Amino acid sequence: MKNSLIALANDAIGAVRDLLPIVVVISAFQIFVFREPVTGLVSLAIGAVFVVAGLTFFIFGLRLALFPVGESLAHALAEKGSVFWLITFAFVLGFGTTIAEPALIAIAAEAAQVAASAGAIESSDEAKSNYALGLRLTVALAVGAALVLGVMRILANWSLPVLIIGGYCLVVLLTTVAPKEIVGVAYDSGGVTTSTVTVPLVTALGVGLAGSLSGRNPMTDGFGLIAFASLTPILFVLTFGIIVQWI
Amino acid sequence: MDLIFGSAIDVAPIVIFLFAFQRFVIGQPLTNRKQILVGFVFVVVGLGLFLLGLEKTLFPLGKLMAQQLTDPDFLYATVGKVVSDLAWHDYYWVFLFASAIGFSTTLAEPALIAVSMKANSVSGGAIGVWGLRVAVAIGVGFGVGLGCYRIIVGLPLHYFIAVGYFVVILQTMVAPKLIVPLAYDSGGVTTSTVTVPLITALGLGLSEAVPGRSPLLDGFGLVAFASLFPIISVLAYGQLAVLRERSSVNVSEERNPEKEE
Repeated sequence: MKNSLIALANDAIGAVRDLLPIVVVISAFQIFVFREPVTGLVSLAIGAVFVVAGLTFFIFGLRLALFPVGESLAHALAEKGSVFWLITFAFVLGFGTTIAEPALIAIAAEAAQVAASAGAIESSDEAKSNYALGLRLTVALAVGAALVLGVMRILANWSLPVLIIGGYCLVVLLTTVAPKEIVGVAYDSGGVTTSTVTVPLVTALGVGLAGSLSGRNPMTDGFGLIAFASLTPILFVLTFGIIVQWI
Repeated sequence: MDLIFGSAIDVAPIVIFLFAFQRFVIGQPLTNRKQILVGFVFVVVGLGLFLLGLEKTLFPLGKLMAQQLTDPDFLYATVGKVVSDLAWHDYYWVFLFASAIGFSTTLAEPALIAVSMKANSVSGGAIGVWGLRVAVAIGVGFGVGLGCYRIIVGLPLHYFIAVGYFVVILQTMVAPKLIVPLAYDSGGVTTSTVTVPLITALGLGLSEAVPGRSPLLDGFGLVAFASLFPIISVLAYGQLAVLRERSSVNVSEERNPEKEE
């Protein structure tokens, strides 16, 4: 009990540290550049408390439940050596963690809002939540596919730069045919996917897998999964935009 | 309550997947179910609270900053021009703010600290923890600043991204092999859960406030910049580390014969 309280306090410190640079920079600008009192300070402060408390509970819970199970599963599967299960696991891990990624939930809702107010989709709540959900599912599928590709790369020893550079050439090609409105959201979704939930689990999978294969260097083979997870969402969301435009 | 229910649905897939794998593939029951159950309750409640706070704080704050930084009165007071006469460099406070946010949040980013420590240990100390963190933070700061420039002048996003990745390709050819996967990964880990909503709101706010820009076409893209430039700066950092090592080897080789004489 005492230990978990200490762990909870540590996570709270981590959440505050996450928010602190933002608070410092914004306060400095408010005090020295604008020299005006901020309106709605109370509401902002309450919101900040929610952010810190929410992030604290979220990370604390992840550490208690998701990370130990995920990491032990990643190691067990890497040792077991069944390629089929390893690849299935990589896919569901990517998909499941991305659906639960807080930043993506927030961005998808915002993108739906912007698309609706610009008239790209209907401005009913249902149309907006469908659009946001479609976006999230697309990104989640993309991250699942990315991890499958990443695991296959580690197993087959493919060259990372060749795959990544090829992928970005594909991004540029797709951009020329995709509707203009989706391009910004698509490029952003690459960076959004990989934060709180995905990174620790994915890194554990990659480094564990490269460590359990003979003749692999965890440094050059273990990393690189996140790079795929930042690339495929761009491709998938651009494709999503092209399909939505057609129907 | 709706929010808690919503976040329970968001977390459900990964929970089901993990339990199914544990049960049917590994074939061993979980050791401490109670702890895991409590953990997931925390995850669900935390996610709900976080999203609520996000809507109350980070989104409004990003938009407020964008609005204040592009306020005609504020711009008139700082550069002495009316809106129609403004050139892109008159928005220098925007660039300064965006870069400061990008740099400071990245430096404090826990995911980056974890990756740096892992990189330090697997590289046998060749990659410094602080060096990597500062390299990534500079990359993000510059990236977000340049992203704001793009929004203000209204150039297409993919020009910048295509040129950026072309630079990455060139760097990949000459950079030490060891640093390449790490550099590619550092693009993804920089943008934390707290930073992404704030800079998204900043970009959307800017595109609403700057005359002639639309949120739909110009507002997004800052996160993409924040993910691209760390790759460039980390590759450059690796290059620099190698050059420094080489020159120190050269220096010691030059010194040693002198001592022997």
